[in-house]
Amino acid sequence: MEIKLDFGGGAEVLFDNIKKRDLTLDSSKKWTIRTFLQYMKENLLTDREELFLQGECVRPGILVLINDTDWELLGELDYEIQPNDNISFISTLHGG
Amino acid sequence: MALSNEEIKRYSRQIIVPNIGVKGQLKLKESKVIVIGAGGLGCPVISQLSGAGIGTIGILDYDTVDLTNLHRQLLHTVNDINCEKVKSVERNIKERNPNVNVITYNVLLNSSNALNILSSYDIVVDATDNVPTRFLLNDACVLLKKPLVSGSALQLEGQITVYNYNKGPCYRCIFPKPPPAETIQNCSDAGVISPVTSLIASLQSMEVLKIILNHDNVLTEKLLIYDAADVSFRKIKLRGRNPSCEVCGDNPTIKELIDYEQFCGTCAEDKNPNLKILKHDQRMTVQEYANMKEEHLLIDVRSPNEFEICHLKDAINLPIKTIQSGKTDVKLVNDMKLKQVIFVCRRGNDSQIASKYFSEKFNIQSKDIIGGLYEWNNSIDKEFPIY
Ligand SMILES: [Zn+2]
Repeated sequence: MEIKLDFGGGAEVLFDNIKKRDLTLDSSKKWTIRTFLQYMKENLLTDREELFLQGECVRPGILVLINDTDWELLGELDYEIQPNDNISFISTLHGG
Repeated sequence: MALSNEEIKRYSRQIIVPNIGVKGQLKLKESKVIVIGAGGLGCPVISQLSGAGIGTIGILDYDTVDLTNLHRQLLHTVNDINCEKVKSVERNIKERNPNVNVITYNVLLNSSNALNILSSYDIVVDATDNVPTRFLLNDACVLLKKPLVSGSALQLEGQITVYNYNKGPCYRCIFPKPPPAETIQNCSDAGVISPVTSLIASLQSMEVLKIILNHDNVLTEKLLIYDAADVSFRKIKLRGRNPSCEVCGDNPTIKELIDYEQFCGTCAEDKNPNLKILKHDQRMTVQEYANMKEEHLLIDVRSPNEFEICHLKDAINLPIKTIQSGKTDVKLVNDMKLKQVIFVCRRGNDSQIASKYFSEKFNIQSKDIIGGLYEWNNSIDKEFPIY
């Protein structure tokens, strides 16, 4: 299953500073955001875990989007990832 | 209320825009908007809103102009360095549009003054640079039922949305908890660039005008993200108002403002501790001190150990701890009443505390040296040791 992953607002610095990735996930199993976060932690995260996750959830200050929609509207951790989904992790900015 | 001939001519190019008209222009004239922060976002917002003829504009910023501001905070000039930001902004508005009623607040917004200050405005613009102030502004706007037009920028990215408007979510609905302090990047560490702040600010100004004009498509429940690196605008769909939100929910637990620095674990400013206790005319630069010929008493308020490492010629040591515990030698106090007193410390923070203390306790008018011995080393004497 092909999906797109992108980062913004500085969240990319936790992932080798790469803002956009095309990923192929093992289609033989069901993927939820919950399992995908674990996959990201084990395969993609290059910085300390606590800067990305708190428990099994994303830490405060990072918005998770699925196809440009707030994950809260789509079931958060339980959302089932579909082929060609675009999943984004956007850190909020505070500067000005 | 009506428009004068001068106003009709001045605003004619925007009055003829179909969405505005004379009625719209009158609405702008009757409205009151406060901009929190007169920096990279605040300067363009203030410039545009005052140009457009908003009747009353409040400007709140506790800070003074620094050379590092000028690349993006385009209402300040080199002549404004070390002066209050609100002053240069006010002057700029007045020179361009004297019709605007400008109200300045040279204070740090906090839990005790926020409701009072914000209550007399219709719309609040968040043009600040730190997390605690963003939560403070959000809660204050919820309690006062005012829309909050929120912008932020860092490096090549910017974000803008409107909170607490037309039954939409507030900042806490989206971000119930502050980010961990160590993950927060600020302008002085991470960098910020003028076209990005100016663009986000323009979008904020436009949403302010749309709210005043009752436009039916205000940027609420959506976040617009700009990324200059790939020239992209993304408008993302946010969750709606959260019925269990701590401040705007159906049974709120936050009914008055709290301590936001404690809540966020960070300071309500985006740079190193840099106290602003004294007014500009109660302070002097290292250059002014270096050129000072009058007889004076130079008092170094660092600890005796630090004084031993290095001190300026003729300085006497009176540690801040001794001052604050009320143990200053009476003979010295009498001597201070007879001479011009100058306080100095390592960076120019404790020296302000000392100056204020003697002004209040003994009515001794003194000055302190901005930036202290660090600045002395930086600008006057590179050989002077710093530690
Ligand atoms: Zn809320």
